[in-house]
Amino acid sequence: MVNKLCLGLLLLISCELFASADVVEFSDEELRPRYQQLIAELRCPKCQNQNLADSNSPISVDLRRQVQRLLEEGMSNQQIKAYLTSRYSDFILYRPQVKQNTWFLWIAPIALLLLGLLILYRISQRQKSTVPLDKPVEEPAKETLSSDDQLRLRELLKNTNGDSN
Amino acid sequence: MNRLALFIPLILCIALGAFLFSSLDKDPQELPSALVSQPFPNFALEELNDPERLVSSADFRGESQNGQVVLVNIWATWCFACRIEHPYLNGLAEQGVAIIGLNYKDNRLLAQQWLAERGDPYQMTIFDPQGTLGIDLGVYGAPETYLVDAQGIIRHRRVGVVDERIWNKEFRDLYNQLVEQASGE
Repeated sequence: MVNKLCLGLLLLISCELFASADVVEFSDEELRPRYQQLIAELRCPKCQNQNLADSNSPISVDLRRQVQRLLEEGMSNQQIKAYLTSRYSDFILYRPQVKQNTWFLWIAPIALLLLGLLILYRISQRQKSTVPLDKPVEEPAKETLSSDDQLRLRELLKNTNGDSN
Repeated sequence: MNRLALFIPLILCIALGAFLFSSLDKDPQELPSALVSQPFPNFALEELNDPERLVSSADFRGESQNGQVVLVNIWATWCFACRIEHPYLNGLAEQGVAIIGLNYKDNRLLAQQWLAERGDPYQMTIFDPQGTLGIDLGVYGAPETYLVDAQGIIRHRRVGVVDERIWNKEFRDLYNQLVEQASGE
């Protein structure tokens, strides 16, 4: 009994979910991919972090309908974006145009990558100059032991050998 | 020189901190308006109380408005914040500020009832059930208020409730200045 009730409720919920995804009709099916691309790239003005495709807020529903209408009227993607930015400002574009106040956004990733590579290069250069890899490491140690020290070292080694025996 | 270079990360941290701190006060909900200093968009829509009467952009071009400076207030009965704003608009209208209502995506009967109950501060109310003028204005939430000068140019836009604080801060001086200009011509 309870199971049946649960199943019924689940069915109800899934029906509702299905109904909320709106069906868009186009006179020409070639418009559909452009529509999908546009609503993915346009931002919902009310809900900040969603695009028009994801959002179900009333303004997004209206703007999706408007995009569809403008596509049917034969506007190009560029014209539709211009239409919306003239009303909702650049805010509505998730892919901002390169302009005076947006060039930094576009340049920053490349500039930071180059800066990182430069720092990496400098660090590797510095390591090369402090540790010469082409010479054997023991060599300077040999040089620093004077002949007296060598003698003492030999003595010490003799003694320890004698102890262990 | 090398010692000074050690301070670079600290300086960067402070700069980043200052930038983030200055951003704390900014309202992320606020959109830069694309329509300020643009003419009020063209439209032709019915009046809320008088469906026979067609309101159009000509009403903003100094003809029927007699070159008046007007506030255009976007409201709806489903909009909760409009309820809070409404008494203040009534007060402004009493002070002689010309306000035009734009009833946005609403039901005509409910809207008429609302005005009958709460008072009508509007000289006229444009009825926009589809939100078409809303899209042309870049409306993304009610209430919104536009200050339109005598030439029909939008001079200021406020998204959200207009109350005494906002009026004094954002509208009053500009409004008085525009009224003075309009009467001087």
